[in-house]
Amino acid sequence: MKQVVRGFYSVAYSVKLCRPNVICAYPITPQTEIVENLAAMYANGELGGAVYITAESEFGAASILVGASAAGARVFTATCSQGLILMSEVLFNAAGMRLPIVLVNTNRALSAPLSIWNDHQDSMALRDAGIMQVYVENNQEAHDMIPQAYKIAENRKVLLPFMVCMDGYKLTHAYEPVDLLSQEMVDSFLPPYEPAAYLTTKKPLAFGCYAPPHIYMEFRVAMQRAMERARDVMLDVFKEWAEVSGRDWGGHIAVDFPDSKIFVVAMGSVAGLLRKVVEELRNDGVSVGLIKIRTFRPFPVEELRETLKDAEKVVVFDRSVSFGYEGPVSIELKSAIYGYSNAEIYSFAVGLGGRDMPKDFLERIIRDVAEGRERPGFAFKGHHEFEEVIP
Amino acid sequence: MKYFGSGHGACPGCGLTIAVKTVLNALDGKVFAVNPTGCLEIISSQYGKNAWGVPYIHSLFENAAAVAAGIEAALRALKRKDEGYVVVFAGDGATADIGIGTLSGAFDRNHDILYICLDNEAYQNTGHQQSGLTPPGESTTTTPAGKIMPGKIGRKKDMISIAVAHGIPYVASSSVGYVSDIRRKVKKAVKFEGAKYIQIHSPCVTGWGIDGSIAIKVARLAVETGLYPLVEFEYGKLTSVRKIKDRKPVEEYLKLQRRFRHLFSHEKGREMIEIIQRFADENAERYGLDLKKE
Repeated sequence: MKQVVRGFYSVAYSVKLCRPNVICAYPITPQTEIVENLAAMYANGELGGAVYITAESEFGAASILVGASAAGARVFTATCSQGLILMSEVLFNAAGMRLPIVLVNTNRALSAPLSIWNDHQDSMALRDAGIMQVYVENNQEAHDMIPQAYKIAENRKVLLPFMVCMDGYKLTHAYEPVDLLSQEMVDSFLPPYEPAAYLTTKKPLAFGCYAPPHIYMEFRVAMQRAMERARDVMLDVFKEWAEVSGRDWGGHIAVDFPDSKIFVVAMGSVAGLLRKVVEELRNDGVSVGLIKIRTFRPFPVEELRETLKDAEKVVVFDRSVSFGYEGPVSIELKSAIYGYSNAEIYSFAVGLGGRDMPKDFLERIIRDVAEGRERPGFAFKGHHEFEEVIP
Repeated sequence: MKYFGSGHGACPGCGLTIAVKTVLNALDGKVFAVNPTGCLEIISSQYGKNAWGVPYIHSLFENAAAVAAGIEAALRALKRKDEGYVVVFAGDGATADIGIGTLSGAFDRNHDILYICLDNEAYQNTGHQQSGLTPPGESTTTTPAGKIMPGKIGRKKDMISIAVAHGIPYVASSSVGYVSDIRRKVKKAVKFEGAKYIQIHSPCVTGWGIDGSIAIKVARLAVETGLYPLVEFEYGKLTSVRKIKDRKPVEEYLKLQRRFRHLFSHEKGREMIEIIQRFADENAERYGLDLKKE
């Protein structure tokens, strides 16, 4: 049933349908309304036997979920920005303990300077945690991704945390028509969580052992193998979702106009705007297509190699920067297609801290690349030069 | 030993393993053990050499109370509460310093957990650095006695009062020197619904610089000098105190341990011993430790 709801609600309602046992969070803008919605559902007895906890910090929230997940519960949290960074020690740990925690990150910039607005610097900092990362384009995709996230994370071939990344404000605060799932549909798609191992006095097991050099590496290799298996598990789940919901969001990447000479690459909500830009440029005779990267971890190496093998130019719009190098999506993409494509890479960091990225701004950049006015390499776009005490 | 097996790597005379075995036995092994990073974790949880006969989890250094809260919440949600008690075994640094945020959160929410602080008064696992529960005058590697410094300056953080201030149902201190006291308090604690805190004074033979054979004697001297009062609070009210017949001067406790040895030769040693004696006297006054002669 289609309803006009905010991004917050599209997530909260979907979480409820997944029947989590323990929900724990700490408020942070622009995430708060997700957990406020869940708290209201809890207060009204709509979450079944679930326990809802407001923690003393994001660090505490993530830690509570480590305990709950290890005890066999299906768990949920939402956070972003400083909260995600504060959680980071716990999330690295949870991945190592192979706990299928599902969290939503409402992407927000990092301090300093303080910014509550959107970019991807927060989730990029968790790149190497062993957490699956999927970026959604709109609130329907966010809504649809929650049951899929549980199904993928809890698959015994995977068992890793899953982070659904949705752009703060641009999606969270937006009212959009969302086809809300039914309980029957989610129940038939997502079976109850049956942990492979959990804390029980009936069969005592130890979680989080310490591992000397003769055995540590084996655990980390196992994480990489789980991430590799997750590629296939994700494709199966994405496909199943398309069949049961009638909405096909694509695989690890979603490509528009795959026969193009120039490709624009982006993640998250800006993909919607870029699709429009690309369509208009094609009407002007520019051979340009769009690659929306959906899964950043595991990274869609094969898909990018295949799509870009004959491409001439690739324009990457990063919402983040790895200071001292360039945008992380661009870094990853280059490494993935090295030896498989001769395309020139044009890497741009845009929209940091919520800096506006209007349609004509994006169109101008792509046109400049297409018409040879840009050089391959890295540049910020959309900023202006300024002087401060520390240059 | 059924619940905490042989094969752990603790030193002979280590207080931690005595305390852990006593607690697990008192609860007949009906325990979910949560253990932050520290000496206990290192000596008991190496992959392939797990010494725990109960379900056990180690996550991080500073989050044991939150992990325990999560287990408790999960058991509640999954209707498995009758499976066992959620018990944290944490060191003093994990409790009073780096983990006090998550501890305060768990107390504030009054999760049905038993939090045991194994207080050996410094970061002993990493070679004896000072923690918030290191007593004044102790020479640690980060508060070493030197030409001008007489060891740690400042008080031992009063975690008992901090726990009581959270309004949790049960708070107590105990000592490895008195295992029957530990047993009694643990059995009593788990009868309360909500958060329970027991701080157990636990000798560290390497950090304290004592022979394992006198660990129990030293632990008892801490109590007999009034430096480690054994007390019990129920719903914020002091309900029991272990009385001391003839309270001994603190020197008798200090002189047996390498960590305090400098106090008997250092220029400021006398002054520090007086400060330490004053803490013992304050404890005696505050808790009424001295058995009044009739």
